[in-house]
Amino acid sequence: MRRDYLVHGALLAALLVAHFLLPAYHHGVMARVMVLACFAIGYNVLFGYTGLLSLGHALFFAAGMYGAGMPMHLWGTGPGAAFAMGVLAATLVALVVGALALRTAGVAFMIVTLMFAQAGYLALLLASRWTGGDQGIVIAQAQRQLWSIDLSAEGPRYLAALVLFGVCLIASLALMRSRRGRVLIAIRENEERARLLGYDTFAMKLMAVTLSGTFAGVAGAGYGILFGYVGASFATVQYSIYPLLWVLLGGAGTILGPFLGTLFMYYLVDTASDLTSAYLLVVGVVLILLTLFAPGGIGGELRRRLWRAMP
Amino acid sequence: MEFGPHLMLAVLEGALQAAVLALMASGLSLVFGVMRVVNVAHGEFYMLGAVGAWGVTSFLGISPILGFAAALVVAPVLVGLLAAAVDVTVLKRLSYDPERTIVATIGLLYVLQQATLMTYGADARPVAEPFSARIALPWVEWKDGLQLFWPWGLYTTGYRLFVIAAAVAVLVGLGLVMKHTRLGLMMRATQADGEIAAAFGIPVERVYAMVFGLGAGLAALAGVLIVPITQAHYLMGGDALLMSFIVVIIGGLGSLGGTLVAAVLIGLSEGVISVFFSPTLAKILATLLVAFVLIFRPQGLFGKAAR
Repeated sequence: MRRDYLVHGALLAALLVAHFLLPAYHHGVMARVMVLACFAIGYNVLFGYTGLLSLGHALFFAAGMYGAGMPMHLWGTGPGAAFAMGVLAATLVALVVGALALRTAGVAFMIVTLMFAQAGYLALLLASRWTGGDQGIVIAQAQRQLWSIDLSAEGPRYLAALVLFGVCLIASLALMRSRRGRVLIAIRENEERARLLGYDTFAMKLMAVTLSGTFAGVAGAGYGILFGYVGASFATVQYSIYPLLWVLLGGAGTILGPFLGTLFMYYLVDTASDLTSAYLLVVGVVLILLTLFAPGGIGGELRRRLWRAMP
Repeated sequence: MEFGPHLMLAVLEGALQAAVLALMASGLSLVFGVMRVVNVAHGEFYMLGAVGAWGVTSFLGISPILGFAAALVVAPVLVGLLAAAVDVTVLKRLSYDPERTIVATIGLLYVLQQATLMTYGADARPVAEPFSARIALPWVEWKDGLQLFWPWGLYTTGYRLFVIAAAVAVLVGLGLVMKHTRLGLMMRATQADGEIAAAFGIPVERVYAMVFGLGAGLAALAGVLIVPITQAHYLMGGDALLMSFIVVIIGGLGSLGGTLVAAVLIGLSEGVISVFFSPTLAKILATLLVAFVLIFRPQGLFGKAAR
């Protein structure tokens, strides 16, 4: 118990030290990776721990992003209030989508979430008067000031990303250590049996979808505010596939996995796009190799070889 | 042009869409029905068929009609073999687990699409129509008794009629094979229960490889047929995949008959809806329709209740 918090605290401390040591380019990359890792953590709550595979998480990410970005752009809302609105928007969207999609299971659940996300993406394009359509919204630097801290500057941005990531990491650890988290794992292992034991599995799964959407909303709102761009490309199918890929690579059902997967994949894609314009080839190859040879991902291997009780 | 002839043109265009869609969706439906695999890479097989048609016709460089005839055979067969190889090397090793196969076919989608981008490039390339007969169509009107006349602009090409006829012929052939041959019997037995079929000596693994190849071949055939009308592009698979998903789900997952009815309905109505609404709104309505059909009527609008 104590050891879990120690290890994850050590990661956060290491990331804080990295703030002073990393060269400029990697410093910027790491800020991005930490925000995106929040997205992956949310995906992991649903996929890794509850066993529900969604293909529509881009919808929640985009809900957070537009929920924060549009008030800032249209009404000049401050970043703090806008962030809260983004997270709230993502939570509500996840609650509604979950309540509908959880009436299905397995393959149908995947297709339903995919279709809702696609409809959301198209709706963003359709409402281009407010959302900026294809072009998206650029949030002016002057608006990204919180308590007179400039969130668009390198240093504060990194630290803000670290705070978001730290909160998400510890929250997911606490969730999975709690009774409710245990019930989610029980549903993944055998839903029938969990229901037989008297748990309301539908309500628990709905909670998982909603929480997962909240994490995705934190990442989306944070990404929009910290990096100053809100665009429809973040609502495409690709951004539903990415968190799946990050979690699979890092290790589904481990707390550290989402971060590791996001970090590795970001650098892999980054390297590949230096070499060829067809860098998405890497995404495809990694997906196939993972499903074939390492369904446990990096976290799964760590758990098997080093630390059996890894959370 | 007046409303009547205009509508007739729209219906002809819709029939063309329906024919191509029916070919492609029946491949997707066959694979899901027999193997319970949702093939997300299905659109890429369609794209490979179109790109293959361009490759074959420009490589041979003979008369458009001979080159196209060659493409019509070579491209679907090559794509089918590729798909069968994927089945043996990837899907079989996942023991056809529904969720893991979806993840793997998403990977396959990227691999095929990006490999095409690296070799064929990002340009859209045309294939010449094999024959270019234009057929003017008559219109009937009541003016001092019935009169036939030929409004200007109301015409179709021989090639478009050929595509519709070819699709109908292939689908009728597929239906006959499924119903009346040993091969079809093996496929239907595997669909009903793979384990019992295996116990009765049906080579289930070979049936799976063949079905996956056949499904991909049907998509590729649709790609070859459409390419003289739309050109070949490495991203053309995405929209086609979405449309065939919609058709297969509305028609009832895994039911070939339902798929065909849905293809005709959706192909025909797509043109009409796009006229009255914006195409984006039409797509939103279509995707939401799919989601709600799956939630509230998972057997499809035309399917029977689940077994």
